[in-house]
Amino acid sequence: MLKLELRSEASELWRYSSPLLALLITVALGIGLFVLLGKDPVRGLQMFFWEPLKSSYALGELMVKATPLLIIALGLAVCFRSNVWNIGAEGQFVIGAVAAGGVALLADKETGRWILVAVVLAGVAGGMFWAAITAWLKDKFHANEILVSLMLVYVAEMVLGYLVYGPWKDPAGYNFPQTKSFEAVTQIPRLMSGSRVSVGLILALVGVAAVWIFLFRTRSGFAQQVGGLAPSAARYAGFSSRKALWLALLTSGGAAGLAGALEVAGPIGQLTPYIPSGYGFAAIIVAYVGRLHPVGIVFSAVLMSMFYIGGELAQSRMGLPKSITGVFQGLLLFSLLACDTLVAYRLRWQSGRA
Amino acid sequence: MQPNEPLRLSLSNITKRYPGVVANRAVSLSVKPGEAHAVLGENGAGKSTLMKIIYGAVKPDEGDIQYNGQAVQIRNPQQARALGISMVFQHFSLFDTLSVAENVWLGLDHSLSLAQVSARITAKAAEYGLDIDPSRPVHTLSVGEMQRVEIIRALLTEPKLLILDEPTSVLTPQAVDKLFVVLKKLVSQGCSLLYISHKLHEIRELCSACTVLRGGEVTGVCDPREESNASLSRMMIGAEPPALKHQDRTPGAVLFEARHLSLNKEDQFGVNLADINLQVCAGEVVGIAGVSGNGQRELLYALSGEDTRALADSVLIDGHAVGQVGPQERRQAGLHFVPEERLGRGAVPSLSLAHNLLLTRSEAISSGGWIDNQALQTQAQKIIQKFNVKTNGAQAPAQSLSGGNLQKFLVGREIDAKPKVLLVSQPTWGVDVGAAAQIRSELLALRDAGCAVLVVSEELDELFEISDRLYVMANGQISPSIQRKDATVAQIGEWMSGLWSAHA
Repeated sequence: MLKLELRSEASELWRYSSPLLALLITVALGIGLFVLLGKDPVRGLQMFFWEPLKSSYALGELMVKATPLLIIALGLAVCFRSNVWNIGAEGQFVIGAVAAGGVALLADKETGRWILVAVVLAGVAGGMFWAAITAWLKDKFHANEILVSLMLVYVAEMVLGYLVYGPWKDPAGYNFPQTKSFEAVTQIPRLMSGSRVSVGLILALVGVAAVWIFLFRTRSGFAQQVGGLAPSAARYAGFSSRKALWLALLTSGGAAGLAGALEVAGPIGQLTPYIPSGYGFAAIIVAYVGRLHPVGIVFSAVLMSMFYIGGELAQSRMGLPKSITGVFQGLLLFSLLACDTLVAYRLRWQSGRA
Repeated sequence: MQPNEPLRLSLSNITKRYPGVVANRAVSLSVKPGEAHAVLGENGAGKSTLMKIIYGAVKPDEGDIQYNGQAVQIRNPQQARALGISMVFQHFSLFDTLSVAENVWLGLDHSLSLAQVSARITAKAAEYGLDIDPSRPVHTLSVGEMQRVEIIRALLTEPKLLILDEPTSVLTPQAVDKLFVVLKKLVSQGCSLLYISHKLHEIRELCSACTVLRGGEVTGVCDPREESNASLSRMMIGAEPPALKHQDRTPGAVLFEARHLSLNKEDQFGVNLADINLQVCAGEVVGIAGVSGNGQRELLYALSGEDTRALADSVLIDGHAVGQVGPQERRQAGLHFVPEERLGRGAVPSLSLAHNLLLTRSEAISSGGWIDNQALQTQAQKIIQKFNVKTNGAQAPAQSLSGGNLQKFLVGREIDAKPKVLLVSQPTWGVDVGAAAQIRSELLALRDAGCAVLVVSEELDELFEISDRLYVMANGQISPSIQRKDATVAQIGEWMSGLWSAHA
């Protein structure tokens, strides 16, 4: 009989191997899924794990999708490590996009390049503001941040909907619910021609370094994490839990808002009701699969991006529904949660005697 | 006892292994009918595991159990109770919102009505002189009364073998005397007792046989009434604890003071602090005695800065009013604190010892807030060496250390900061005897260096050993202070019930 036995110490090996095992299980379940759907599993796996890597253009697309996931997940890593459960990065992403779009709409033919900085900063500020609502309600009234931040996602989508169906609708847009296309001057610069990868990727990688340094080399980063690991110890040390709450939510909100700004002023180029793409929710999985560690998150963001692209390819080339992306994301998260059992427990064969 | 009557309980070669540790190794133990049998040992010696095996809560890996001469396999506590084995745990399992009778009723089979249970409680209580009202809600009871409820609950099952796990750790000396009257009566009626404790004088008063455990193995079986403290200690820890040297000294200026400190409780299970006045002088160890739950926790929160709701001038460090500033500012003013909860408050369990330094120390942090890891490692290494902490190094997570070693590190962390004032709560709680002796002598060395030391402890023996002056805490109030050399255990025990106004 298989038995779980508590380890005397958490296993470092499994802390890092568990995401890999989870990926293997996800692939195995994926193969089963393809077979059940009557599709060729080899071709199905190709869509997810080979097509997104096979050309420099494909790699570029992979990075385009990985960039927002990486940026949002970095913010969430800081947040989750502080024991603050911001589930509403999607809403902060949307409001960041709205704020950035609002600034971008102010530009006209004569506007200088400086507007780009304003667009990006507006996105960050928008995301921070949206997260600040959650922080304020928690600070003032002890409102549960999980519920508040999640509910605010739907409010953010309503705000976006109101603007694109109402005041910001492009008068020359045949009544489509969208703003006019932003001026070229507001376009986030691309890194190279022939690929849609933008300087956002550089920002994201700088973010990786910044978060790493903050978490592991500064006193405030240390204080932030103590609040998450042992709240009584933080109180004993004199680290303010209010400061940790605000810092966590403003960081993750700002990061999500930045990602929103980079999206609308980058690949999308206008505000539409389809801005909410699920990046904010997928980034939660990215953050956890990456073990809330900035370097780990780089890998998990790329993996999650492969799922996005693979899902689209499976839809267009194999006639599978697009929700296959969500199925894969969910499978990965569930497998990871299951595999994480091995960090604290070991499996043992025991003789049948109970 | 007739000569051919079988043993009430006989364990032979009981072994229980946990991952990484053997809790019991080939332990044998015999209890005669009507015998009070002590199980003596340090924390972690395997006493509790052994009792849980007898009570059916833990299954042994090897070994046999005989009960009244018959081999038995005790699979669960229900079966143990059916055999006539009852246990009173150190931590009570009572529901605060229910009445005494309802609590007892919950633990019995439900063939009786609540009224019948109440009647039986009253009858049992009268039989043993335990004064308890079955209709009172549990949250209105004192700790001693709650223990009475637990004991009555055990007695209602008419046990032939009663296991008591450190029952006196929560009692005042007077309440201990009352408890012993009950226990002696039980023994005289033929019930056998298994009495777990590390307090030698209690064992000697109550028990006629004693099994000593050390490191999971039996190191001696004796009649405690014929042994000396020294010989029992040798069996328990393998050595005699070094004697502390005490000399009379004149304390210096007042370094730490609470003045009319009053504070409403933070949550409904807390205690209100009422007009606390205390002073600690340079070069003096001051002890605060009292049964826990009488406001010690709240007082320490207010003194350490974890609770900043008090009036500014109700807490003074070297004359500076600090009542409303947080722990970091108080540390800068010279106050350091070692809390009672080591893991989770004094240290973050999953972080390394080196990183745990950052909770209270900032020498390895540059002015810009950067952590110098190299300096941090060196600093941790120095404390580990200086205070003789047994660990795999500065990188070992706090949770990997034994209680005693972690406490040595935490006390070391605060002493190494050269504080003007040191607060310590339960300095040797759950710590092995060797480490406890080392920690006490470190505290005395700190006093001799001119620090003002305030120790809050439940262990009267410990306070008498290290304090120069004593206060007693009860019901959120504090007694006048008394010089240790003028204090007696009986008097402090009386004060622990809040009865000090007669003497003041």
